Amino acid sequence: MLIDWFTVGAQALNFLILVWLMKRYLYQPVLKAIDAREKRIAAQIADAAAREATATQEKEEFQRKNAEFDKQRADMLNKAADEAKSERQRLIDEARKAADALSAKRDELLRSEVKNLHESIVQRTQEEVFAIARKTLTDLAGVSLEERMTAVFASRLQAMDDAARGRLADALKNSAEPALICSAFELPPEQRTVLQQAINVTFSADVHLRFETAPEIVSGIELSASGQKVAWSIADYLTSLQQGVDELLAKPAAPEKAPDKIPA
Amino acid sequence: MRLSPDEMIFWQHGWFKLNGTIVFTWGIMLLLAVGAKIITRNLTTEHQRSRWQNLLEIIVTAMQQQIKDVGLRHPEKFIGFLGTLFLFMATAALCTVIPGFEPPTGSLSTTAALALCVLIAVPMFGISDQGVGGYLKSYMEPTVIMLPFNIISEVSRTLALAVRLFGNMMSGAMILAILLTITPFLFPILMILLGLLTGMVQAYIFSILAAVYIAAAMSTHEPKAPAKT
Repeated sequence: MLIDWFTVGAQALNFLILVWLMKRYLYQPVLKAIDAREKRIAAQIADAAAREATATQEKEEFQRKNAEFDKQRADMLNKAADEAKSERQRLIDEARKAADALSAKRDELLRSEVKNLHESIVQRTQEEVFAIARKTLTDLAGVSLEERMTAVFASRLQAMDDAARGRLADALKNSAEPALICSAFELPPEQRTVLQQAINVTFSADVHLRFETAPEIVSGIELSASGQKVAWSIADYLTSLQQGVDELLAKPAAPEKAPDKIPA
Repeated sequence: MRLSPDEMIFWQHGWFKLNGTIVFTWGIMLLLAVGAKIITRNLTTEHQRSRWQNLLEIIVTAMQQQIKDVGLRHPEKFIGFLGTLFLFMATAALCTVIPGFEPPTGSLSTTAALALCVLIAVPMFGISDQGVGGYLKSYMEPTVIMLPFNIISEVSRTLALAVRLFGNMMSGAMILAILLTITPFLFPILMILLGLLTGMVQAYIFSILAAVYIAAAMSTHEPKAPAKT
């Protein structure tokens, strides 16, 4: 007999036990592990997708910020360039102004020096002329300069035209204060008397006089009263001399060309 | 000459006996259970895992895929029964390379027991899926006249399952035994290799047929494909 029914029953039982064992030790653990791993992979993929999305978003944000930053930088550079340009222009203007001011100051100083030199030359010339005249008169004619000058002033007063004499006479009459006689030197009493007499005769009145010394007129005598003035000095001679000297000095400077102006 | 390991009796007391079929079956059960226990002891859900775990996962997922291909929608529900059928028969066939081992599937008692298990499992799965009435109704389709033919079909296919497996496994062992007596060593080795192949094929056929029968019992509940326009 090929079939043993006891064995059939036993094998069926064995098979059922094996099914249980396999379910317990093989299928369930393996399927659970597979499911868990699949879930884990799915979670990781989802996580990766989320990260990618975040990364993409951050990348876009970064690119946007970068572009914004570039734009800001370019704007700032342009602004800085403009400011530097305007600042440069301002500095150049300032420097030009300062240079102009310096130039003007230097010119002023030069003019002032020229003037001072001029004045000192005039003063010195007056003194020298005066000294030479004095010495010449004393040595050759035996008279003092002051004496001659007083005499000349007196004679000039008397030789005045009528209009000028009239105006001066009015001034002397209307003046409350005594008329002023200024001279470059101290007038001795004799000459004061000569002058007093000459004035009295000229204006036909007893004119009160006050005598003062003024070294700046170098040599000469002035009569002033209430704004009217009669003067005689060597200043006129000196003026002619100065004009002659100036012409002499101007001649060599004329051919020289003025220096080119430096452009700004 | 011994046709079946049933005849190899180790111990007997009345009707109870411990023959080669039962002992070899226990051996296979022990091998499978202990092997599964040892391998699944350190299962990991990490991406990096052991070779043995990989092997088990390949076997289990391949079986799941086969069951799904047959038409069963929830393979995890059937893998316990169908997978164990395959593993038992495949292991029995593989173990034929061990000298002295006789496959329990070469015994008609074993194949009959397995075929009976299939005979009982098919209506059980069918009833659990569509209820007693629904399942019994399937025997009277398309008409009541078909009822005896359906019953005959059910019995005959069970008989066919049992005899097919028995015939193939027994013949393999038998041919080997005969050849060992008349030919040199080289030829039986080729026959052993051929036996391994037929054993694996038979295990596959038995399991797939069982899956097909179960799927047929549950076929009324399969979702209908949408009408093509």
